[in-house]
Amino acid sequence: MAFDYEKYIRPGKLPHIWCPGCGHGIVMKGLIRAIDTLGLEKNSTAIVSGIGCASRLPGYLDFCTLHTTHGRGMAFATGIKFARPELQVICVGGDGDGVAIGGNHFIHACRRNIDMTYLIMNNNIYGMTGGQFSPTTPMGARASTTPYGNPDPPFDIAKLAIGAGATFVARGTAYHASQIDKLLVEAIRHKGFSVVEILDSCPTTYGRRNKFRSAVEMMNNLKESTVSIKAAENMSPEQLQGKVITGLLYKENKPEYIAEYQKIIDDAQEIYR
Amino acid sequence: MAKKIALLQGNEACAYGALYAGCRFFAGYPITPSTEVAEVMARELPKLGGKFIQMEDEIGAMAAVIGASLTGMKTLTATSGPGFSLKQENIGYACITEVPCVIINVMRGGPSTGMPTGPSQSDVMQAKWGTHGDHPAICLVPASVQELFTETVRAFNLSEKYRTPVTVMPDEIVGHMRERIEFPEPGDLPVVNRAVPSVGPEEYLPYDTRFGDIPPLAAFGSGYRFHLTGLNKTADGFPTNKAEVVQREGERQLRKIEDNIDDIVLYEEYLLDDAEIAIVAFGSTARSARYAVNEARKAGIKAGLFRIITYWPFPDKQLAPLAARVKAIIVPEMNLGMTIHEVKRCAAGNSKVTGIFRVDGEPINPGQILDEIREAGK
Amino acid sequence: MEKQFPKIEINERYCKGCHICVEFCPTRVLAMKGFTASVINLEACIGCMQCELRCPDFAVKVTT
Repeated sequence: MAFDYEKYIRPGKLPHIWCPGCGHGIVMKGLIRAIDTLGLEKNSTAIVSGIGCASRLPGYLDFCTLHTTHGRGMAFATGIKFARPELQVICVGGDGDGVAIGGNHFIHACRRNIDMTYLIMNNNIYGMTGGQFSPTTPMGARASTTPYGNPDPPFDIAKLAIGAGATFVARGTAYHASQIDKLLVEAIRHKGFSVVEILDSCPTTYGRRNKFRSAVEMMNNLKESTVSIKAAENMSPEQLQGKVITGLLYKENKPEYIAEYQKIIDDAQEIYR
Repeated sequence: MAKKIALLQGNEACAYGALYAGCRFFAGYPITPSTEVAEVMARELPKLGGKFIQMEDEIGAMAAVIGASLTGMKTLTATSGPGFSLKQENIGYACITEVPCVIINVMRGGPSTGMPTGPSQSDVMQAKWGTHGDHPAICLVPASVQELFTETVRAFNLSEKYRTPVTVMPDEIVGHMRERIEFPEPGDLPVVNRAVPSVGPEEYLPYDTRFGDIPPLAAFGSGYRFHLTGLNKTADGFPTNKAEVVQREGERQLRKIEDNIDDIVLYEEYLLDDAEIAIVAFGSTARSARYAVNEARKAGIKAGLFRIITYWPFPDKQLAPLAARVKAIIVPEMNLGMTIHEVKRCAAGNSKVTGIFRVDGEPINPGQILDEIREAGK
Repeated sequence: MEKQFPKIEINERYCKGCHICVEFCPTRVLAMKGFTASVINLEACIGCMQCELRCPDFAVKVTT
């Protein structure tokens, strides 16, 4: 038996535009497997994105897809989902799109808790424009706009999401490919706003400037720099120094926005009938 | 049965006009002097099963309105000054993707924060040139509370018919004035609904020009699935850099407005038949101008008023012959000279064109216009 | 009964030559042949799917 990815890909759209060794393709495959597991209908699933390398993802998938403006994917998605709640809405994008220019939409989507999923492919760089530092580029790292090393401290996207009120927050990596779909399945099933951050790699614009000799080395780095939440339980703070925790990081049940708004509609219609 | 009559504020009339047109989705962000539109929508939409959402910012509100429209809903947002500036990015997105939606921009003083509670008419150029790139623009400038209602209905009709965003721009005076309004009954005003595809999902393309310059837009969730992008695109909605396609698509988007100017352009002529001096004005300024024209007539001066109702596309076709037959045109406007350049372009040197410009937050009063009429009549 | 090996197909049109499948195969089934990946030792395949899962380019297909 083989998994048929192309069943979900628009005819003639492969090969994709991403560079050799870019992790976005691995993440897209994870998303496809999650969609397959959940049996999501093509006509009732909307996949929305902003601008950037990661935001090119929806164009490949054979669903209702929307490639919007830089950072605004989440706000467009909010309009779609609120107007037609029966649609399954998944928003995708990169780190610059999601937490720099789109940071305001992101935190408010977390707070609002609309039943949607946001998949962030975090490769720590603006790839499409040629490798400028992003709000997740580590301090000291080289980018085209940090030629002497990055003086700007990074966001922890998962912590940001939890702080802003997201009710489901998970983190995986492109290296741990088989975990991506599992996290996404849980996220999409979650009733409320779910955030899945996938640590990803950009060999072309980040790796080459930061002493990674190959895509494989970057993949290995994703393995070495992360530790699962389960393994972390038995590790000392010293052992956890410099490690990023992966897995399901946070989950809670809170009132979902559209369900709450429906109560307002029901009441208003009852009173003013 | 007698018509329902009320004393209503302009912004409120705007919201009721939207509901009359079938708008069931509003996304906005609070800003003076347009907030009452949002407040009425927040109160009225749930009663009709509609949706109101206050977004995190102006940009997000514009985005949500476009997203919701893509599901087949008629959608509205309302803003002013700085908010209109912020919305420009996604207004451009609605233009290129050809997603209908209506934007109310109640004009206040600017630039920047300017005069939040002061009236102005200085966003008229932004309504056409505000977002980058060439794109179609329809902008309506009502002058009364009643007209804010009817023009908002017309804005939805034009938006759905031409598959493009439409801006309704009362100045702050019109937005905040209270007047008698007669509510149209259902059926009194035409209500246009979006064309649905005549082909099945397998054959459907979002920019299929076999169906003319305005191809039908399918709704997400209606059994059709397709891709939309803000990049230049081909008939199937996917990006392209092909020179001939980009050129052809760009021209089509302008043509869908230019070829239908007579359907879109609305104006009012008052005492122009024998006029020697014409005032060209819109919004609250046109109300002062009308008063001034009446006063001038009493004094034996043959003055008349051309009131712009559709600002974009500009009423070139009407103003060019007018300029050829009057001695002078006066353009009073609450900015430092915007409409005057359009009028001069239409006049093409055939008549003298002068302006009265104010940006001090005070309305242009009839006396000021009358003085200018007297001066021109000398 | 003869042992059945998984079938591994490399789509050369999709493969961008990133080496990921080659490096992460635990049993050295794959190798680079010129620009693209290629199966050199199918007998060693244990069907772990790591090559397919980690291929960013939809170029590796494993049928078990």
